[in-house]
Amino acid sequence: MEVTDIPAEFLREDLAPLPAVSELQVVRHYTRLSQSNFSIDTHFYPLGSCTMKYNPRACNKYAMLPEFLMRHPQSAVTTGQGFLQCLHELQEILKDITGMKGVSLTPLAGAQGEFAGVTMIRAYHDSRDDQRRDEILVPDAAHGTNPATATMCGYKVREIPTDAEGDVDVEALRAAVGPHTAGLMLTNPSTLGIFEGHIQEIADIVHEAGGLLYYDGANLNAIVGKVKPGDMGFDVIHMNLHKTFSTPHGGGGPGAGPVGVNDRLLPFLPIPIVTEEGGDYRWLTEQDLPQSIGRLSGSMGNAGVLLRAYIYARLLGKEGMNRVAEFATLNANYLMAQLRSRGFDMAYPTRRAAHEFIVTLKTLKEQTGVIAMDVAKRLLDKGYHAPTVYFPLLVPECFLIEPTETESKQELDGFTDALVEILEEAHRDPELVKHAPHTTPVTRLDEVKAARELDVAWNSE
Amino acid sequence: MSEIPEDLRYTNTHEWLRIMEDGHIEVGITEHAQEMMGDMVFVELPEVGTNVSTGEECAVVESVKAASDVYAPVGGEIVEVNSELADAPETINQDPYYRGWLFRLRPVDQSAADNLLDPAAYEQVVASES
Repeated sequence: MEVTDIPAEFLREDLAPLPAVSELQVVRHYTRLSQSNFSIDTHFYPLGSCTMKYNPRACNKYAMLPEFLMRHPQSAVTTGQGFLQCLHELQEILKDITGMKGVSLTPLAGAQGEFAGVTMIRAYHDSRDDQRRDEILVPDAAHGTNPATATMCGYKVREIPTDAEGDVDVEALRAAVGPHTAGLMLTNPSTLGIFEGHIQEIADIVHEAGGLLYYDGANLNAIVGKVKPGDMGFDVIHMNLHKTFSTPHGGGGPGAGPVGVNDRLLPFLPIPIVTEEGGDYRWLTEQDLPQSIGRLSGSMGNAGVLLRAYIYARLLGKEGMNRVAEFATLNANYLMAQLRSRGFDMAYPTRRAAHEFIVTLKTLKEQTGVIAMDVAKRLLDKGYHAPTVYFPLLVPECFLIEPTETESKQELDGFTDALVEILEEAHRDPELVKHAPHTTPVTRLDEVKAARELDVAWNSE
Repeated sequence: MSEIPEDLRYTNTHEWLRIMEDGHIEVGITEHAQEMMGDMVFVELPEVGTNVSTGEECAVVESVKAASDVYAPVGGEIVEVNSELADAPETINQDPYYRGWLFRLRPVDQSAADNLLDPAAYEQVVASES
């Protein structure tokens, strides 16, 4: 065959150096790899909803029904009424949970949800011909995605400090707002695992300055069924469905980041949205919502992921949703109390945890030279995944621990015992902890080399 | 307590400044800052010729733990950057005050550095954070 379009210097002279192995060798290779995996089916992840949390099998099973799987995204609504009904009911459920007036499911992940949310804030100010608002306020405890989103949407970012109790510094906020304030992006409970104590006051300050209040829904699982962001005064919210609604975690999802808005932002929601008229379901499009910020994907976002969230919500019902928040906070507070009673320092000792809390190992570092990273690595030897380390950046030598609603008391007690053992080891034999892990398929990795010299491609040599 | 040389000026955001003989100002991050950050893996430096204003983000240092902005402690034009850091960002960990310098700038206002923190004041900043 002549491949004339490709310049001669790019043509391969030898066969591609593909691995030459038998089917059985491949099967064994991948099976061995899967056995080396750390997985939620076998182990506890104390970093919870951010990274890995148990999803009920049923959510996956029913979203995989062939009637859902085989449906073409562009097929006629008349042949997909059941599918549209599921999405419509999910919209209604999310509206109810968040206290918002409208929901669009289409953003493909949390980051795109944030983009949609801030774009709507811009559309709102533009529609009022209020174009001098060029600043988004972000507390310094925020997820890094918040300033990144604001910047991506063309806003200047202004950081608001956190006070000693872990709340937003209200006086600093009061001093920062003004005619340039487009909005404030807030996570509540915050990344410090604390329910913002002055939320009403914060909402009033931002609204009086003419700005809008953005709710980062990353920690919605702590309050779902208990408190509604709409009631706290938020104008717009994005939800990371994997964190609260049993959709895939880790490794890039796929994700879903629905957005909810109150009356003021309703005209700007991204399309398509499902509407119901006399028992018939159809898509709302540009014709129905001429002020919409537009489309974020070719069709209806990651529909399969949305279906998993829908099934989860229907399986639990309202009553079950309440218990999610109750167990998420109960587990976090139980674990926090256990660790505190066994000698661990909390970053915000006067505050009750929401669904997560922060331990600081500063004292351990001073006494033994063992740092949070070493303790995290040693946990792997004890059969536990490491919690989030060194985030939020505000707290030195920190662990951010989120057990989630699905773990049992036995599991939490076992984790506490493991951490206490490591504390003792750090005092008795610090080198043991500093060189951990010792029992995993690969031991301590050179993170610096890994970050500097990326080696991710298969090489035949 | 980490080293805080007597002959430098400092900022609340952990940059140090050295006024050089030719009037240029050399900027880096402090010993305390590199300790908090941990092992450096990547440094992004401004382009020579860029004009920066006081407090503007003008470099990024990235460690195994976090990426952190470096702010221009005084306004001016970037005249030189430490290009050796591209291949050896660990220099910042090894020698933050000398070989680990980030960039040099020609200040708009020669006396601007006088308003920054002296070593004693910066020591207070470090103490208040630990």
